[in-house]
Amino acid sequence: MSKFKKKKSGELPPVSTASLPDIVFMLLFFFMVATVMRKNTLMIDNKLPVADQIEKLDKKNLVMYIYAGKPSSRYRSSAGNQARIQLNDKFADVSEVKAFVLAERAARREEEIPFLITALKIDGKTNMGLVGDIKKELREVQALKINYTTKSGSATDNFK
Amino acid sequence: MARRAAPEVNAGSMADIAFLLLIFFLVTTTIETDTGISRKLPPPQEEDVIPPVLKQKNIFVVELNKNNDLLVEESPMELKDLREAAIKFLDNGGGAGSEACKYCQGSRDPSSSDNPTKAVISLNNNRETNYATYIAVQNELVAAYTTLRNREAQRIYGKTFEQMEKDFDDVNFSGSKTKLKEDIKKIQALFPEKLSEAEPKK
Repeated sequence: MSKFKKKKSGELPPVSTASLPDIVFMLLFFFMVATVMRKNTLMIDNKLPVADQIEKLDKKNLVMYIYAGKPSSRYRSSAGNQARIQLNDKFADVSEVKAFVLAERAARREEEIPFLITALKIDGKTNMGLVGDIKKELREVQALKINYTTKSGSATDNFK
Repeated sequence: MARRAAPEVNAGSMADIAFLLLIFFLVTTTIETDTGISRKLPPPQEEDVIPPVLKQKNIFVVELNKNNDLLVEESPMELKDLREAAIKFLDNGGGAGSEACKYCQGSRDPSSSDNPTKAVISLNNNRETNYATYIAVQNELVAAYTTLRNREAQRIYGKTFEQMEKDFDDVNFSGSKTKLKEDIKKIQALFPEKLSEAEPKK
């Protein structure tokens, strides 16, 4: 009997799956880093309008969000059919915008306050009256930097 | 005492655990679209300030009524023509003497705006106007300014205004950022964004 048994030549060796976890972990880390957990649960319809003259909002920690739109179907019975403002996780009145801005400011470092941007995430079907009211409140608390959050696309798509 | 070799942990199920986590993050990921039109609101007005008197020809009135119709200088207009009309108004340069505009390429019509630095676009909207319509109009007006700024930046610095702004935000930009900032300011001064918004009508 020979000491070194010759391999049978025709058979293929099995593919090693030992590096599979590494590949999966790599993907996992990518998605973990790229994920932004949604801060607020939306209670309103929020179909943003489209525009093409847009800028990116890079520094996420310097942005505060004001949402507005019609309450989504499950909140309609309690919140009505008219467009409402949502601040953090609840419906709010126009008069609560000021308090919201002041609270957001208090939560940040003093040197960051002049760079705060208010992002208005407003549903395309909302009336301008409500938007005008929000803007008026923001002016009164000197939160003058605003950003109308939109999706990117041609402006004529707004009428479809 | 004989040392027992520690039994090897079976790592075969590690892939399964990693897959589970991976699928969780795949499902929860929303690559957020936080882009939009940036604007600056005017500071709150004091009661006793008299607004400066502007020449009627230096004001470009854009109005949106409650049926989302666009009225420019009191005549109806399609949205697609608004950008062109705004450019024509801003770039007119009809002024003479100290108000003349050297870089304007417009028709120099004396009944339209004197100088881009004097020209004001006034946007009025109704309380019932649709927000999407309003954004579309805002977008066209901002586009008019950007087009003109691009043209001037191309002429003076050989690259578009948008490229200059992009370079300014780029960390790998090789040139001097302070100079770039000044150049951007100069272009902005040639066509300052004077977009006034009235309180929405009832």
